[in-house]
Amino acid sequence: MLAEIGQFTLAFSMVVSLLLTLIPLYGYYTKNDSLMLTARPLAYLQVIFMLTSFLILVALFVIQDFSVTYVWRNSNSVLPIRYRVSATWGAHEGSMLLWITIQAVWTAMVAYFSKSLKQAQIARVLSVLGIISLGFATFVFFMSNPFLRTIPMPMDGNDLNPLLQDIGLIFHPPILYMGYVGLSVPFAISIAALIGGNINETWIRWSRPWTNAAWAFLTLGIVLGSWWAYYELGWGGWWFWDPVENASFLPWLAAIALIHVQAVSERRNAFRGWTVLLAIIAFSLSVLGTFLVRSGILTSVHAFAADPTRGVFVLILLAIYAGGALFLYGLRANKLRSVGGFQLSSRETLLLANSIIFITACFMVLLGTLFPLIFESMGKKISIGPPYFGTMFFTMMVPMVVLLPLGVFYKWQKDDINRVLSQLLMPLIIATALTIASWFYFDKLNIKATLGLFAAYWVFIAAVTFIKQSKKLTRGLWGMQIAHIGVAFYLFGVSMTEHTDFEIDALMHPGEIKVVKAYSVEFKGVKKEKIENYDAFVGHFVVSEGNSQVAEMNPQKRIYPRRGNPMTEAAIDAGFTRDIYISLGEQINNQGGWAVRIYIKPFIRWMWGGGILMMLGAFFASTDRRYFRHAKKLKQQNIEAYLHS
Amino acid sequence: MTPTRKKRLLAVVLILIGVGIASAIFLTAFKENILFYKSPSEIASGDYPKARNFRVGGMVKKGSIIKSTSSLEVKFMVTDYGKDIEIHYTGLLPDLFRDDQGVIAIGKLADSGVFMAEEILAKHDENYMPPEVAASLKDKKDYK
Repeated sequence: MLAEIGQFTLAFSMVVSLLLTLIPLYGYYTKNDSLMLTARPLAYLQVIFMLTSFLILVALFVIQDFSVTYVWRNSNSVLPIRYRVSATWGAHEGSMLLWITIQAVWTAMVAYFSKSLKQAQIARVLSVLGIISLGFATFVFFMSNPFLRTIPMPMDGNDLNPLLQDIGLIFHPPILYMGYVGLSVPFAISIAALIGGNINETWIRWSRPWTNAAWAFLTLGIVLGSWWAYYELGWGGWWFWDPVENASFLPWLAAIALIHVQAVSERRNAFRGWTVLLAIIAFSLSVLGTFLVRSGILTSVHAFAADPTRGVFVLILLAIYAGGALFLYGLRANKLRSVGGFQLSSRETLLLANSIIFITACFMVLLGTLFPLIFESMGKKISIGPPYFGTMFFTMMVPMVVLLPLGVFYKWQKDDINRVLSQLLMPLIIATALTIASWFYFDKLNIKATLGLFAAYWVFIAAVTFIKQSKKLTRGLWGMQIAHIGVAFYLFGVSMTEHTDFEIDALMHPGEIKVVKAYSVEFKGVKKEKIENYDAFVGHFVVSEGNSQVAEMNPQKRIYPRRGNPMTEAAIDAGFTRDIYISLGEQINNQGGWAVRIYIKPFIRWMWGGGILMMLGAFFASTDRRYFRHAKKLKQQNIEAYLHS
Repeated sequence: MTPTRKKRLLAVVLILIGVGIASAIFLTAFKENILFYKSPSEIASGDYPKARNFRVGGMVKKGSIIKSTSSLEVKFMVTDYGKDIEIHYTGLLPDLFRDDQGVIAIGKLADSGVFMAEEILAKHDENYMPPEVAASLKDKKDYK
């Protein structure tokens, strides 16, 4: 019964999104206010139905209704309750339902926080968001409906993939989707502005906090995903340049370019067309990412069983959204001509350079990700090794970090390069001195790591100098400095982790000691235990430095009886300056010998910490008073206009 | 030339230089990191890159896994149900590595005809089959 209600509310929300697409837009073209006024209520109605569907699916997992196909495929009777909840979005159907539910949530938030927009504006924005909801809701309802039943009902479920039985799965997908789908808001705002044929600073000012918020969620989602892969996959890596990871990285890169260009187009009448185009690109890449992940068309270490036919539908949606948007852009591009002038030596130029660097990097990641598909159509099967991405990305980021502090210190419109350089002279000297000191302290780093550390110091000290020089910083400027300090932390962490880490694969017998860098790791043996819904071989390791014990570590090899699959659960001793990471392979012989992998990962936490700072910076910037003051004024105007009419 | 024209020319030159550098980086990085995928049958017919890494995929042949008891060395056969290839690997194996499982190995083919793998990939999900492996198995008629 409950599943049928879920089915019903899903169908209903699909109908509501159809109405949301048609009525307000029709109202806009016929200048009919009462039709346009339906936009907000429809957006609220849509989120109510969508959330109901979603919560019903969660409930079906909690009460374990195995007559529902999606439920029995992805859970079973012994699955702990927290994973029953997260199993809701553990596979394709539920994950897509989460996608459209979050889309509906964003739409409702736009409806709620848009009091400052004119009726004709908000009607268009919500209609465009309605088109997106409609496309994906149709996809979920007809092609990946999670509420379908299996008759007769199976006795027990198939279990959730053991890798997904983890705290990471509870948080990573919803937050990542918040970011992914959130990019539909700047997209919708741009399209709505294009429909109206006019994009002014109000539009852009209004879309900035949304872009920042979506990007911040995306950042957090990617950080969580990286951290999850690091401890859960048992390989000790934090980024694999895998298609599924790239799928989230592409819109992230495009959104960085968007955020920086918006800074120009909001204040100065320049780059308006580029802003609109970047908003279109960013969301199109989100949809492309959804396609790549859901179709399983690319070989991916993260890929789960997928059905390529479903991919075709998402591809059609991509063609409609991106194609339609670009077509509209082509029609209206001449109206977006910029009038504001600026000199070559100005902040505008540097922000333009930022967007070009990030879009180029984005394009190169896209090429590397899609090349296997292009080759396949020519009958050759290839893949692109991670070093391609590594080399390319490193090179792209060199000009980025060199220019970053300049962009912060440069003034709008026109500035003297000598003035900027004289201000940055001290940071440059300090950064160089610190780099040289680090090179000796960390025992002769290689060239890439040295450059990385220099970049980290350069960006960090420049940001601190800027904070110290300014008498009073707005929240926007604080957000920017926090995010840039995040970049510095990330650079430091990644340089240390990538270039000074240490790894061994070894056969170890009980009592054996391996010396790993400054640590000695003693293997005490393996015990078999029964925990929750799995059996585990639990290894016992004692790590010491000199004569003092640092940590006792217990990596596990788990067996989940329902599927019979083994799974590696690494043990990690996390630290401020290093992680010790031990994972257990398999038993090699009957003298108690096991395959063991030991890593030392210096400063790996700093990398994720950097990501968190970037996220905080973006959130903080989106609460800048300017947006609210401006919104309040416009809201007042709207009310007055309404009263006079 | 007027100052505006000069500025535009400068911008065009800068963009061209940028595009040039970017393409050069792209081409070198790309050329060095492209990995071909070959099935055991293709390797048997001599169609594989010599002296550089490539990927081979197929099913782990039933009963072919031989593990050393004194080191992390493992030997096994990968089959596409047409031809087999012997693979040697030293290190930790993925969790889902076992008989009749689709795997991809990355490494070089030695003169002895043995594939020396540096990395073995098996998937997270027992129902998942790497698309290349699925395609090369489909090519074989006796695949059920």
